Amino acid sequence: MSLNYNNPEFVIERDQDKCIECRVCARQCANEAHFYDEDLERMREEDINCVNCHRCVTLCPTNALVIKEYPLEYKKNSNWTGGMISNIQKQANTGGILLTGMGNPTDKKIYWDHILLNASQVTNPSIDPLREPMELKTILGRKPDKVEFDEEGKVKDLPPQLELETPIMFGAMSFGSISINACKSLAQAANEMGMMYNTGEGGLHEDLYPYKDRTIVQVASGRFGVHQEYLNAGAAIEIKIGQGAKPGIGGHLPGEKVGEEVSKTRMIPKGTDAISPAPHHDIYSIEDLRQLIYALKEATNYEKPVSVKIAAVHNVAAIASGIASAGADIIAIDGYRGGTGAAPTMIRDNVGIPIELALAAVDSRLREQSLRNKVSLVVSGSIRNSADIVKAVALGADAVYVASAALIALGCHMCQKCYTGKCNWGIATQNPELVKRLNPEIGVERVKNLIEGWSHEIKEILGGMGINALESLRGNRLMLRGIDLTEKELEILGIKHAGE
Amino acid sequence: MATIDAKGVYYRQLNKQIKDLVAQGNDEIVLNNVNGHRYIGDGLDSNVKLIINGTPGNDMAAFTNGVEIIVNGNGQDGIANTMNDGKLVIRGHAGDALGYSMRGGEIYVKGRVGYRVGIHMKGYKDKQPTIIVGGTAGDFFGEYMAGGRLILLGLEREEGKSIIGNHVAVGMHGGVIYVRGEVEAYKVGLEVEVLPIDEADREELKEYLADYCKEFDLDLSEVMNAQFSKLIPVSSRPYGNMYAY
Repeated sequence: MSLNYNNPEFVIERDQDKCIECRVCARQCANEAHFYDEDLERMREEDINCVNCHRCVTLCPTNALVIKEYPLEYKKNSNWTGGMISNIQKQANTGGILLTGMGNPTDKKIYWDHILLNASQVTNPSIDPLREPMELKTILGRKPDKVEFDEEGKVKDLPPQLELETPIMFGAMSFGSISINACKSLAQAANEMGMMYNTGEGGLHEDLYPYKDRTIVQVASGRFGVHQEYLNAGAAIEIKIGQGAKPGIGGHLPGEKVGEEVSKTRMIPKGTDAISPAPHHDIYSIEDLRQLIYALKEATNYEKPVSVKIAAVHNVAAIASGIASAGADIIAIDGYRGGTGAAPTMIRDNVGIPIELALAAVDSRLREQSLRNKVSLVVSGSIRNSADIVKAVALGADAVYVASAALIALGCHMCQKCYTGKCNWGIATQNPELVKRLNPEIGVERVKNLIEGWSHEIKEILGGMGINALESLRGNRLMLRGIDLTEKELEILGIKHAGE
Repeated sequence: MATIDAKGVYYRQLNKQIKDLVAQGNDEIVLNNVNGHRYIGDGLDSNVKLIINGTPGNDMAAFTNGVEIIVNGNGQDGIANTMNDGKLVIRGHAGDALGYSMRGGEIYVKGRVGYRVGIHMKGYKDKQPTIIVGGTAGDFFGEYMAGGRLILLGLEREEGKSIIGNHVAVGMHGGVIYVRGEVEAYKVGLEVEVLPIDEADREELKEYLADYCKEFDLDLSEVMNAQFSKLIPVSSRPYGNMYAY
């Protein structure tokens, strides 16, 4: 074995005066960054193994640990940064594709942060949501061109709809990419909060069937765990075409993660790779997509809305228009900052477009073509807080998918090593010792708290605008202003500059 | 036994009629004058037998579980998409993407099939699907195959006509393909090994083909009287070492 040219990313600093050699850090670290040195009779560290997930820091009873970036100074160079150099070393070692986890971390413009919200002053009064009713109810699905009532006063021929108490859903994460305890936390939280969660493409574990009314079941190119019972279990079905973190490429759950339970849920042999081809091989056109949409509708008696999830790419407006025409009830668009359990780094960081621009372009196009009522728009990738949600709704979204934020609520510290299967927080792992660290009962409460907090904030922001129903904000871009944006950016977003 | 005349009936009404008849407890339904009606039998979770006289449209038997369908005619594209169990007998030819991600059951085609047949076919424990094709197949036969059995016979082939297209079994990581005759090395994916069949394979093949031959009135010993090639994946994890951490 030749020399590994790479250096540690992080340095573990241990205050030996505070350390009581309890070895919690060593037991907690699946990456084996801590160990007890019998000769020196003290704890030591293997910096190169550290991924900076903060598990040891959080659990150290004496606060003896600090993790810092490794203070290795390459000669200053804005082009050949340390990250670029170490990536090349990794590939020179292995000849492999650079792999990474979670969303695009690169320093590109985040449009949410260049959009400002309006509030009422004097002319129309703001509303206090603590004292006055405030409506966040969101209904997703195809809306009829005109409303007709039957003799009982019910709307005639209303296509199936999903009812949400708040405009938030948990985005697709498969059992396989995340642990069963993470899945349970999200499913139960969705159930109790009147939201939806999404199975991802890994089938539906038997423990999750009790939450079926709050489940969106996904059908992706690999069709893992897809059968009649699965389709019937879902409140809605989502065809996954693409994902913001890796537009245009397929998925690949490594055999190491396909243990007994994952194997049973996906209905594939233990230890084999679960390969999702890049395209659905029965979909080469909008007409073919229509065929799959209607095959699923036929298979479920037109009782469930069918969503189509795509990554935000250059022609997203034209594609969305095609999807709406193809008969989808919901279009889910995932921006280029969307998360993932594993994606090639070069694709995650360089392919796709920001969700803010994609959303504005799609909403405008669907309106121009009188298609907007035919589909609901759900956006993701990435939604970081309640203000992002309000801005998304004002730009035209019906609801959002959050996934990374929900995982952070469960304990994720964004170390971006999901693909190693060694998640010390029990989230992105199938190792039973690690999985049990995530207590689903606590997980449910934490995720519910987050959604409660966000929903309350959304009401506060709406009240400040003098609006008492989220429905009144949908596509109301006059409530938005841009800051530090070019004419072109403002034009695409369809908003005015601050001060106008 | 119930009969439906599909002439002039829109597919949505036709499929509703079929489902209603199944719900009423009919175990055999004859569909006459079928002409391009899509999605026949989709999502049916039943052991009902459908006899189709005519040409059913795309995506027949998608997401089904347990249905038996006899097609007295040709089939079109996307037949048996993600079928969980059941038996399809097609007395003519069939189109592209037959048996995509099929997980159980049998499909017998008398004639030729199109592109991407048996793509991402799966097998799990006792669920091992089988597709047997009497004629020839197009490109990407068994692409991404993950389980089950694909058997290609190439009977009644025109002189000089190849039994199989290009890119055979690319990305294969499970299951087995038997081809009656030789498969040129250049046509086969890198992830695949081509072997001659041994006695055990021959016995297994006989077992699968016995029912097929009975269905189409073929002589089993004549069908078996040929050299077969066996295609199996080199690894169940073809892309295991692709990444740099």
